[in-house]
Amino acid sequence: MKTLVWVEHDGGSVKDATLATVTAAAKLGEVHLIVAGQGVDGVAQAAAKIAGVGKVHVADDAAFANALAENVAPLIAELMGHHDAFLAPSTTTGKNIAPRVAALIDVMQISDILSVEGPDSFTRPIYAGNAIATVKTSDTKLVLTVRTTAFEKAAAEGGAGSIEAVASTGDAAKSRFVGAEKAENARPELTSAKIIVSGGRALGSEEQFHALIDPLADKLGAAVGASRAAVDAGYAPNDYQVGQTGKIVAPEVYVAVGISGAIQHLAGMKDSKVIVAINKDEDAPIFQVADIGLVGDLFTIVPELTSKV
Amino acid sequence: MKIVVPVKRVLDYNVKPRVKADGTGVDLANVKMSMNPFDEIAVEEAIRLKEKGAATEVVVVSIGEPKAADTLRTALAMGADRAILITSDQPVEPLGVAKLLAKVVEEEQPGLVILGKQAIDGDNNQTGQMLAGLLGWAQGTFASKVEIDGQSANVTREVDGGLETVALTLPAIVSTDLRLNEPRYASLPNIMKAKSKPMATKTAGDYGVDVAPRLTITHVAEPGKRQAGVKVGSVDELVEKLKALGVAK
Repeated sequence: MKTLVWVEHDGGSVKDATLATVTAAAKLGEVHLIVAGQGVDGVAQAAAKIAGVGKVHVADDAAFANALAENVAPLIAELMGHHDAFLAPSTTTGKNIAPRVAALIDVMQISDILSVEGPDSFTRPIYAGNAIATVKTSDTKLVLTVRTTAFEKAAAEGGAGSIEAVASTGDAAKSRFVGAEKAENARPELTSAKIIVSGGRALGSEEQFHALIDPLADKLGAAVGASRAAVDAGYAPNDYQVGQTGKIVAPEVYVAVGISGAIQHLAGMKDSKVIVAINKDEDAPIFQVADIGLVGDLFTIVPELTSKV
Repeated sequence: MKIVVPVKRVLDYNVKPRVKADGTGVDLANVKMSMNPFDEIAVEEAIRLKEKGAATEVVVVSIGEPKAADTLRTALAMGADRAILITSDQPVEPLGVAKLLAKVVEEEQPGLVILGKQAIDGDNNQTGQMLAGLLGWAQGTFASKVEIDGQSANVTREVDGGLETVALTLPAIVSTDLRLNEPRYASLPNIMKAKSKPMATKTAGDYGVDVAPRLTITHVAEPGKRQAGVKVGSVDELVEKLKALGVAK
């Protein structure tokens, strides 16, 4: 089977989400990549070095600069004429593009796969991760998005893929990129961080969130996350949100501070290797999944913890 | 401009789903069902656009079993003008739903279709994008802000790493994220009024669309259970544990 993997990049480097997707693709067959963007020579060179990669298709055009689905999906649909599967990481970019590709080639997408069971069979979470479905497709081509925390990352070096330019399918002229507002964050990226310190509504305010969570995260070299309640209350920006509707993470250590553990939050973090919970309510559901729990007032515990680690 | 809003009847988000012992699916007998939360946000946004004068009519559509009529009545009570119920004997996958919605769009000629970004049962996050693809329309997914400006819509999207704004040529597809708005509750008088609002009932077969499923769920299992953990009595003990994990120095 010939697969085509969407390369997630920031214009300069290949993002880690791509590496996990390559691992999933390699379980199906030959791995080809598609690098779309403007001025992406560097990205293509880096992508060709990913272990196990065959051909790297490069589509360099202003129309692809911001990965607008209206422009990118026809490009991929055309490449699917000679590929058997399209895989994208289930990032916001992947989730935006892949279903549009699936519709263009009349295929039912399988979202957020956790494992490859066979050439046409996959597992995926449903109902906020409260059930795992094994799904078999009758489509002859596959369109998959991949839960990147469920697959090991392919080595970023050691491959020798060949780079091949593909013709642009042009600008569909349906949409236009206006601007972006990036959240300022010098810490590790949430979805690839080894340690995450996450705060909930119990922090009480934006000031206290930053005063308590940030120093602990910095001391541990951790990324900062938040529950939906904390985000909705304005304590933390949207893209910090961990959960069914936010980011899905699986770090080595997840420290949940003042988070009760609603099922929608657990859906985003329950595959962490070690879960540490700090909460004053000893009956909070988070303690049912926590490996290490400490019952008490976070306003005294967190500063003490920060000073001692 | 007319707005079409597809809504889905799903297991209420507060209910913990139970996997059937025989592995055939999730037990939906005698459990509370509600409108998918993201769809409530979509209905709310459409009504707000109507209240602002940017839209003239809000049409809600649901595809599924006859009980989906309850979900449509909820949307009508929130302020939608009329409803279309498309019944189907078997569950319809996102691709089939998108194909049926494309037919509805052909008939209704809306300027905007607003959908939830995902349904909390299947967690697919596909229908809006597929519909946009089938129609060849622009898509503004995961929207946290929508502004209609003449022949285009400015949509602010929640993306990994922050926000992004795109300008879409109308007609277009928008899918809602949680922070787009706070949906209103239907008042009792409005619930009563909704009973007399028009609801057309059709079947999937009426549209001549092939909605046969492409996927088969061969097994549904409980996720792996986590081992019960330990509770520590002090910060010092917690620090020791973290050191043992190699997290703290």
